[in-house]
Amino acid sequence: MVNIISTKNVNVHYGDKQAINNISLDFMKNKVTALIGPSGCGKSTFLRCLNRMNDVIEICKVEGQIYMNDTDIYSNEIEVEHLREKIGMVFQKPNPFPKSIFDNVAYGPRIHGFTDKKNEMDEIVVTALKKAGLFEEVKDRLDDLGTSLSGGQQQRLCIARAIAVKPEVILMDEPCSALDPIATSIIEELITELKESYTIIIVTHSMQQAARVSDKTAFFHLGNLIEEGDTTKIFTKPDNQKTNDYITGRFG
Amino acid sequence: MSNIKKRLSAERRFKFYGQVGVFLSLLFVSLLIIKIFSTGSGAFFRTTIETDIFFDPELMNVDQNSSDKEISRASFEKLADGVIDFNFKNLSEDEFIKIREMYTRRFDYQLRDYFLKNKEVINNTVTLEISASSDLDQIVKGNYPRNVPESQRKINDYQLTILDELTSKEKIGSTFNFWFFTNGDSRDPETAGILGAIMGSLYALMICLVFSFPIGLFASVYLEEFTKPGKMTDLIEVNINNLAAVPSIVFGLLGLGMLIGVFNMPFQVPLVGGLTLGFMTLPTIIIACRSSLRAVPPSIRHGALALGATKVQTTFHHVVPLALPGTLTGTIIGMAQALGETAPLLMVGMVAFVMEIPGGPLDPATGLPSQIYLWSESAERGFIEKTSAGIMLLLLFLIVMNLAAILIRRKVEVKW
Repeated sequence: MVNIISTKNVNVHYGDKQAINNISLDFMKNKVTALIGPSGCGKSTFLRCLNRMNDVIEICKVEGQIYMNDTDIYSNEIEVEHLREKIGMVFQKPNPFPKSIFDNVAYGPRIHGFTDKKNEMDEIVVTALKKAGLFEEVKDRLDDLGTSLSGGQQQRLCIARAIAVKPEVILMDEPCSALDPIATSIIEELITELKESYTIIIVTHSMQQAARVSDKTAFFHLGNLIEEGDTTKIFTKPDNQKTNDYITGRFG
Repeated sequence: MSNIKKRLSAERRFKFYGQVGVFLSLLFVSLLIIKIFSTGSGAFFRTTIETDIFFDPELMNVDQNSSDKEISRASFEKLADGVIDFNFKNLSEDEFIKIREMYTRRFDYQLRDYFLKNKEVINNTVTLEISASSDLDQIVKGNYPRNVPESQRKINDYQLTILDELTSKEKIGSTFNFWFFTNGDSRDPETAGILGAIMGSLYALMICLVFSFPIGLFASVYLEEFTKPGKMTDLIEVNINNLAAVPSIVFGLLGLGMLIGVFNMPFQVPLVGGLTLGFMTLPTIIIACRSSLRAVPPSIRHGALALGATKVQTTFHHVVPLALPGTLTGTIIGMAQALGETAPLLMVGMVAFVMEIPGGPLDPATGLPSQIYLWSESAERGFIEKTSAGIMLLLLFLIVMNLAAILIRRKVEVKW
């Protein structure tokens, strides 16, 4: 198995406060890795290091090495825009642009200059919507506002938007926490389908969700990586007592 | 339980105070409007005297074959004098002058304008509604008392007799005063119009918008999206907020000192007036634009950045369009403020007697508020109603602009 992203000794500070302590973690290609842990354990912060979204936060300092396909993503030669083309992201709250469904999906391909031709762009948008399992529901109203869709549909639109730029990795930051159980199960099925073409790293609060969708699981606590490994092992016989306590619901 | 009565009565008392406050403010607004309308509505009508006019070729330097240019330059004074002799027979020199004073001083222009359009009337007699002088107009409208000694009256006894004679013959009429909307300023209230001031204000506002909107927009976008918060931005923020509160006369002085003094720009022109108003509007636009930018949820920025958009792409593709309705609303309100500002116009000389209607931002002009100010200073009774009519127009423009601001906010506002 090939590691697509590997991190070594990652430390993150928000001002004086340390949020991530010396974490080293590798992510395998075409697998779903779940990052679990109680609130404030640093799992979302860690996720945002992977596509350098922490750059947006002024006071956030990231140290350590993060390699994607053996390239240091924090080196000066890497354009952050190019990195984010390779590593897409889906956020906790669906955040479609207040534009048409079509334009939402076409925005990424447009700014990266994938194509100038109208029919090729149509193709890209339709493919992305199909992969996100949304096409059948919206094919007659691609000109409607993306914000007019239901919450679950909006989140799948955001997934389609991320897929459209042909990333290798998709980061998902609690993608179902704002959705109802039915929408959640649709997204979970989608994640299982998507891992054939993409590497998925998902942060989740729900341990059932981690157990259902992921191949690998990493348990975070207070900025430390407590334990990582195959999902079945973590959920059946974890090595660490804290992990055991967390997954059995004794704290968190 | 024990204090429930006290609490409820406090609530009733508060509601009552609120109602009294609202009632009082409505009362004052309606008093203002009633006062202005009752004084100003007269300005929209002009008293006329029905007069038979014989276009006597001997009294005119032109005939039906003359070109329009020749006619425009020709004098119709003699014809006007002839018309008075023609209508009122056997006048003494003194009586003639008194009757001539009952007509507008622009009598000859009115004849010329008619002849320009109807050249075939030469050698014929037509009956026209000739405008009365402002003093006659005021006495007909009842704004001058008649029962005072002749020495205290603008209209003497002889003129009153003639007026009563004309009235009994039903020759005194009233017509809609188009001149108020089509003329520039004039020394004579009956021919004074507001178009020159409207155009002056329009050019000044255009300059103001073209100058302050782009600068305000880009300054706010830069400050809000691209600078790191710190001491420097705090300092700028405080200064912008202070600028918004600076009295407008200070901006007028800035315009006078900098634009006219340092850059040698011409005095009295809408270009300078507009730039000066622009200085004043800039902080208002920046504050409105920054608060609209701040209201755009960060999730939109993150969504675009996560797709690999650059900062500039994120800002101009997503954030600015979402902030635009709020910015436009703020801009229109700033423009409405600028329209009503008098002090900056005073300082840059846009408060002078200008008869010509300005044809561009580099022609001498006044603005609406300064025209109102000028008229309110005039001694003639006829200018009082012009002043109120000018205020009515200014209020109308302000209402339209504020309404537009509200409509834009309702229409273009993005719902999340």
